[in-house]
Amino acid sequence: MYKEIILAGFGGQGVLLIGKLLAKLGLEMGNEVTWMPAYGPEMRGGTCNCTVVISDKPVGSPMSKHPHGLIALNLPSLDKFEDFVRKDGVIVINTSLINRKVKRNDVKVVEVPANEIAIECGSAKAGNMVALGAFIGATGLSDLEMVKEILSKSLASKPQLIEVNHKALTRGYELAKGV
Amino acid sequence: MAKKLMKGCEAIGEAAIKAGCRLFFGYPITPQNEIPEYMSARLPQVGGVYVQAESEVSASNMLYGAAGAGCRCFTSSSSPGISLMQEGISYIAGAELPVVFINIMRGGPGLGGILPSQSDYFQATKGGGHGDYRCLVLAPSTVQEAADLVQLAFDLADKYRNPVYVLGDGLIGQMMEPVEFKRTVNPEDLPEKTWASTGAKGRKPNIINSLYLDPEDLEKHNWKLKKKYEEMEKNEKRWEEFNIEENLDVLFVAYGTVARIAKTAIEDLRSKGVTAGLFRPITLYPFPGEALYSVAQKSKKVLVSELSTGQMIEDVRYHLGKDREVAFYGRVGGMVMTPEELVDEALKLLK
Repeated sequence: MYKEIILAGFGGQGVLLIGKLLAKLGLEMGNEVTWMPAYGPEMRGGTCNCTVVISDKPVGSPMSKHPHGLIALNLPSLDKFEDFVRKDGVIVINTSLINRKVKRNDVKVVEVPANEIAIECGSAKAGNMVALGAFIGATGLSDLEMVKEILSKSLASKPQLIEVNHKALTRGYELAKGV
Repeated sequence: MAKKLMKGCEAIGEAAIKAGCRLFFGYPITPQNEIPEYMSARLPQVGGVYVQAESEVSASNMLYGAAGAGCRCFTSSSSPGISLMQEGISYIAGAELPVVFINIMRGGPGLGGILPSQSDYFQATKGGGHGDYRCLVLAPSTVQEAADLVQLAFDLADKYRNPVYVLGDGLIGQMMEPVEFKRTVNPEDLPEKTWASTGAKGRKPNIINSLYLDPEDLEKHNWKLKKKYEEMEKNEKRWEEFNIEENLDVLFVAYGTVARIAKTAIEDLRSKGVTAGLFRPITLYPFPGEALYSVAQKSKKVLVSELSTGQMIEDVRYHLGKDREVAFYGRVGGMVMTPEELVDEALKLLK
């Protein structure tokens, strides 16, 4: 087991949060994990990203040049990272904000209208969860219940948010699975 | 206790609390603001005190006072802030006070940039402030090790009555990794500091001072400090050997962040039929030179890599001797090398 995943979007879309959930998931599965945010001189309205590494051995470099997976929540993120994804990797794109196709044909692509689905689930803010659900579904990294459980724990202080986020996760997961 | 996912900065803060430290004095600066933020929230919960000083200069003098009163105390800052503290650190070294300094280094010189760098190796290991003194310097490579070394730093500071640095960079500070805190020290259980200035009821006053106007006294004091540094050199050298075997093609020498990047490069090199290993100093002062020397004998090539233009390499060269060729690969200004770059550099060296 060795996976490098880059999660990217606009500041405020919640990419750091779903990155943390992914890292917690990796830890819960008994792996070593790192979560590394890009913390440079970030610009308001610019892209925000983090890298998660999940490995069954201690993690060396916590940064990734050629990730196995990419979750791109906006167009600049896809433009920036698309070319670097490994062959046979997985790219999840948010078609609500990305009006072009993925150019690569050697990777698995999952297109999710994350913003629209999130609104249908009851919160415009849950687009990140739709994308995370789709990524889990597309990669088979774990079963959905485990992710839901981790999310519930993370939202323990805001229980009113659990249901809508579970719904968003599930919709994304099912879309990727083709359910 | 189960492993918890924590940011390096927060793990450092929690480790200080678990080491029985209840006092923090500091001034904010990126990329380590999560440490003061964490301390400001956590210290009041455990009966401690968080003070945001008006500047780094005052913070380091507040530490002088708190340590002189016998309390475990620490600060955290980043390169320019640590420079401002140097006067205080020199006084703390002169007065033999146990204080822990966390430096989450950034690129320099001057105000520099906030991204990962190892620009302050010289400053930390060769003095930094004025006067003839040494600080113990610990360099973690993972968040877990950052937590462990912070706890060790407090013990070593007390043991030698000496300032101790924990030297990290933005990558160690900002990254999240699983952490487990192996021990919790209750401040009341710490051994009494009989030298501290705690109110001279029923005993002669203890004096905390670095001023010796009589040259004979000062010379005696300087030799006493030197003896202490020799004890540190004898007892406290720490390092990690990774993938060391007889007949290595390349030996990487790297600390902190770069060491973990080298580990990934070593795995990649193995798949290319190159045997590579890593010597990672954990204490930068005292530098584990003898251990490095004996490991280096097993390797055809030695490649030092740092996030600087070449600082630790001077200690490596000193210990390996002038006849041994030592190659260098550095990135600076907040740029961090990829494992691929180190692989290429090693292959180039072997050509």
